[in-house]
Amino acid sequence: MGYFGTIVALLALLALAWRYLGGYMEAVFAGRVRYLAWAERPVYWALGVDPEAEQPWPRYAAALVVFSGTAILVTYALQRLQGSLPFNPQHLGAVAPALSWGTAVSFVTNTNWQSYAGETTMSYFTQMAALTVQQFVSASVGIAVAVALVRGFSRRGSPTIGNFWADITRCTFYVLLPVAFVAGVVFVAQGAAQTLAGPVAVHNPLDGVAQVIARGPVGFMEPVKELGTNGGGFFNANGAHPFEDPTGLTQFLSCVLVLAIPVALTYTFGRMVGSTRQGLALLAAMAVIFGTWLGFSSYAESQPNPAVAAAHVVAQPAGNMQGKEVRFGPMPTTLYNIASTQTSTGSVSGANDSFNPMGGFGLISGMMLGEVSPGGDGSGLYTVLLFAIVAVFVGGLMIGRTPEYLGKKVQAREVKLAALGVLVMPVTVLVLSAVAVSVHAGRAAIGNGGPHGFTEILYAFVSQANNNGSAFAGLDANNAFYNITGALAMLLGRFGVIVPTLALAGTLASKGTVATSAGTFRTDTPLFVGLLVGVILIVGGLTFFPAVSLGPLAEQLSKGLFR
Amino acid sequence: MTALAAPPPSSPQATPPPAKGVAQPRSLFDLEILRLAAVGSLRKLSPRAQVRNPVMFVVLVGTGVTFLEAIAHPSVFSWSVTAWLLLTVLFANFAEAMAEGRGKAQAATLRRTRTGTLARRLGAGGSEERVPTSALSRGDLVVCEAGDLIPSDGEVVEGIASVDESAITGESAPVIRESGGDRSAVTGGTKVLSDRIVVRITAEPGHTFLDRMISLVEGANRQKTPNEVALTILLAALTLVFLPVVVVLQPFSRFSDILSHTHGSLDVVTLVALLVCLIPTTIGALLSAIGIAGMDRLVQRNVLAMSGRAVEAAGDVQTLLLDKTGTITLGNRVASRFVPVGGHDDQEVAEAAQLASLADETPEGRSVVVLAKRLFQIRERDMAEGPVFVPFSASTRMSGIDLGARRVRKGAAGAVRQWVAAQGGTVPPELDDVVEGLARSGSTPLVVADGPEVLGVIELKDVVKEGIRERFDNLRAMGIRTVMVTGDNPLTAAAIAQEAGVDDYLAEATPERKMELIKAEQAGGKLVAMMGDGTNDAPALAQADVGVAMNTGTTAAKEAGNMVDLDSNPTKLIDVVEVGKQLLITRGALTTFSIANDVAKYFAIIPALFSATYPQLNALNIMRLHSPTSAVLSAVMFNALVIVALVPLALRGVKWRPAPAMVALRRNVLVYGVGGLVVPFVFIKLIDLFLTAVGWH
Repeated sequence: MGYFGTIVALLALLALAWRYLGGYMEAVFAGRVRYLAWAERPVYWALGVDPEAEQPWPRYAAALVVFSGTAILVTYALQRLQGSLPFNPQHLGAVAPALSWGTAVSFVTNTNWQSYAGETTMSYFTQMAALTVQQFVSASVGIAVAVALVRGFSRRGSPTIGNFWADITRCTFYVLLPVAFVAGVVFVAQGAAQTLAGPVAVHNPLDGVAQVIARGPVGFMEPVKELGTNGGGFFNANGAHPFEDPTGLTQFLSCVLVLAIPVALTYTFGRMVGSTRQGLALLAAMAVIFGTWLGFSSYAESQPNPAVAAAHVVAQPAGNMQGKEVRFGPMPTTLYNIASTQTSTGSVSGANDSFNPMGGFGLISGMMLGEVSPGGDGSGLYTVLLFAIVAVFVGGLMIGRTPEYLGKKVQAREVKLAALGVLVMPVTVLVLSAVAVSVHAGRAAIGNGGPHGFTEILYAFVSQANNNGSAFAGLDANNAFYNITGALAMLLGRFGVIVPTLALAGTLASKGTVATSAGTFRTDTPLFVGLLVGVILIVGGLTFFPAVSLGPLAEQLSKGLFR
Repeated sequence: MTALAAPPPSSPQATPPPAKGVAQPRSLFDLEILRLAAVGSLRKLSPRAQVRNPVMFVVLVGTGVTFLEAIAHPSVFSWSVTAWLLLTVLFANFAEAMAEGRGKAQAATLRRTRTGTLARRLGAGGSEERVPTSALSRGDLVVCEAGDLIPSDGEVVEGIASVDESAITGESAPVIRESGGDRSAVTGGTKVLSDRIVVRITAEPGHTFLDRMISLVEGANRQKTPNEVALTILLAALTLVFLPVVVVLQPFSRFSDILSHTHGSLDVVTLVALLVCLIPTTIGALLSAIGIAGMDRLVQRNVLAMSGRAVEAAGDVQTLLLDKTGTITLGNRVASRFVPVGGHDDQEVAEAAQLASLADETPEGRSVVVLAKRLFQIRERDMAEGPVFVPFSASTRMSGIDLGARRVRKGAAGAVRQWVAAQGGTVPPELDDVVEGLARSGSTPLVVADGPEVLGVIELKDVVKEGIRERFDNLRAMGIRTVMVTGDNPLTAAAIAQEAGVDDYLAEATPERKMELIKAEQAGGKLVAMMGDGTNDAPALAQADVGVAMNTGTTAAKEAGNMVDLDSNPTKLIDVVEVGKQLLITRGALTTFSIANDVAKYFAIIPALFSATYPQLNALNIMRLHSPTSAVLSAVMFNALVIVALVPLALRGVKWRPAPAMVALRRNVLVYGVGGLVVPFVFIKLIDLFLTAVGWH
């Protein structure tokens, strides 16, 4: 199957996911899907909550923060205690405190930034009970927030926005677990490792080399890494490791899983607000950005690597092969990495660091736009909705009405919360990057000189503040400075957006709706899609243009723009 | 003539210029206003005034920083940038002062109207005492006679008088004010022309309509409107985010110098210049001017909005309740046809109808005479026999003429029928059909009889105003529903509604039914505008999102509404909506323009900023600007000059024509969005060429 065929098949599967997974999720969050009610009940009983009792936004947000805080503590504790816990065939000791803290925050915030090599740091128990559990529930948290915000749009004069406990439980039970299980069967059937028996030592009699081959319960962990837009791999090599991603089919399936929920949520949104065209408009804006960046990076990576070309050792007929997944070549690797960086997943199938400068720019800039194309599970939808409010506000004035979106008047409070949600990420990235380049600990960690070195630092904070988790490599991030500042970036990038989003949901839900007429700003038209894309590009462009010009842009220009 | 009624002092020099109401035409760039605005822009430099506008406050602080830097490290560049940054602030002040200027000038005219004369207060025993106007309080009774200025707002409790209200409305024809009913309200500052009235004061001193009007046109206690607040928040947020964007460039560039072993020269002046260019100064500078000018545009149309909030709401209105009479129809029914019955011909009907209407001074009566003349050249005729005119009375419901033995009458069908029967005449059988047919088509039938003989029927029609249909079509295109409100029966209402092209109608309207209609529309999420004048309209005016009270209306109505139309012209409602929309569009368009401008400014400044560290970034200098300093200065100059260039647009409002929302949006995005991207590239380049030409290095 050629690259083009791959993309057509991907689009076809995503179209099905959009319609059917999206419709299914609408039913799940409306409480109409109950076949696992017997499994839900003990959870609510244990938590002591009534799933039917709706919460106003401050209680919803408080529940979310308490849940996430507890999750961080539990994940931290399990890492620190793994030496005395079961399923530890390698007898790995406690994970270092700074790393445990960074990793706990990273998994709870759906970032999955990994400053460690999983196969030599984490026991099977930690991988399963601490990290994989968070890969499920952190995705559920994101989706719950998105659903709560959409409820804000679809309700009138309602004091509540749903029940947090019911939302995450149902999301985990009805959406993530079933899909991840089915996909896990496929991964294992394709050859992904799935064992608790520990690593094996092999001795190759031909060349006399003895190796230890790491293994683990990888196959059933892998799908949720993608489906939950997490990206936390079992192995250090992440998706480039054949035990994680054994075949071309699983590589392709990974791309589908990564994009499925963010894409499908736009349909869920459309159904909840009563017009799937509204969801289609958001999806179109996401698709325009995704498609542009995919085309851009694909083109950049089809070009030879300038450094290799300068060495005159090999011809590069296939484009830039350096750091690519050698089994699949530059294009599928680029597709995988673009899908993963634009969905806040962050798993990689090739080294981002080795992309051509402008190919690498495609990866980083997708994140700089706020992870909305289509973004992470839930976070993509709620962030794009924040941008939509800003777009509606500016554009709506131009039709001579005080702006409204989906029948809700956009007034001072809405603008304040949306602007806050949109601007937290760039400010976090810029300020923390400035700190990093100003202190010794921050400067010492870079692996390269010139603009590339600056890009390494910038990428680290862009990735973490967007809860993406992909690494540009080159940067030695496993130290106190980067673990602490990184955790700060992840927390701000996650909860600094979630809390204003929930406040917005509460405000919107309590409002009445305005009737639509020919005088209404229609938000389901190509014009609005264009406006939304424009606002996303302008906000991202204006905040990051100077920084980008000191990083990838300066690097690419020093080598001539594409050859 | 008694001493009390002495004519006012009339030396020609002392009399104020003839007042023409508030809506005096004044050029946008009246020299006097320009002069005042120039002074005002300096006065507004005080930090207390600046802090109200976060965007311009940042510019002012930035100017201070570059000023200090220019003193510490003097150079032509740093002083030039400082000067242009200061000009940016001054230009913003100038825009606001210009917008306020017109209101101030109008307020000054109005102040002259305020009387310094003494009021004649009635004491308990009917005695009169002279007190200053400011001593009058609510409930006092004052006497006003011909030539007196009415001292304060009030209600006529005794007498009838003609009053010249031109000082307020600009309309020179006097109006009648009398006790009781809906014509009892009088406004302080207007002049009694004839007769004597006793007025009960209804306003506390300093809170009269005139006082409110002065403070409104002057914008004395102007408050930010909800949408303006929201926009200010967005602009403040953008300003706040650009602060770190620019500040971090210092460490970023120092680190880049270390990485690349270069020596960049990132100076503070350039950084401040970049910050000022990036924050939305254009809209920040013009925002309050746009708001003031919007209120002013309403004043130009003789409408006073009690708050900016109401102007904004006008842009959002989705349903307009329009009174039929005066708005949709000319107000009077007009004879349009003579329909004969019982074997007579139409000329006979016309002849008799003309006779019966000769003395009828009502507009309907006159229109009968006009029609008869037009159709059959029936003119005035010999009245030698000594005609006796029979006026209309509520009990007979007929009017007519007795000409010797001949008795001609016209009137309501039932009344004429009775009258004919009383004389032993018979009614032709087809009369009922004719009368009913006319009524069904929306007309009013008047039956004409000559003695016991019924001749035929005059058809009186409501005449729909010319061009009103197109206006409704435009409103519909903008998504505004029009509802005609009339006291007519449903049949008549339906016919007129169809002819005028309104979307819906409310027949046999009562204040209660109007109220119900407004509430029903609002429950459906719609914003409603209406106009009214009577006391019984007051609750509906208060309930409507935009309630325009006519100036001729009662005090209760004026207090309930959030706008007052000084012309008392019901068609104004449509103008009000247009002004509201134009105000919002202007805001949105300039915001879009301002933000789109940033792209070009980046391309001008970024290559200049890092030219020493990464010379290759000069590839981004797509405008091929001469040097780093000329690039920065050009961008700053453009940023300042664009404010001045846009002042007329801000004051006049963007060009507006009725269109569906998405058509308007496409046009504005194209003009102000795409235009905002392109224009600065051109002008920054031109400024750079100019700087190079005058020898800038």
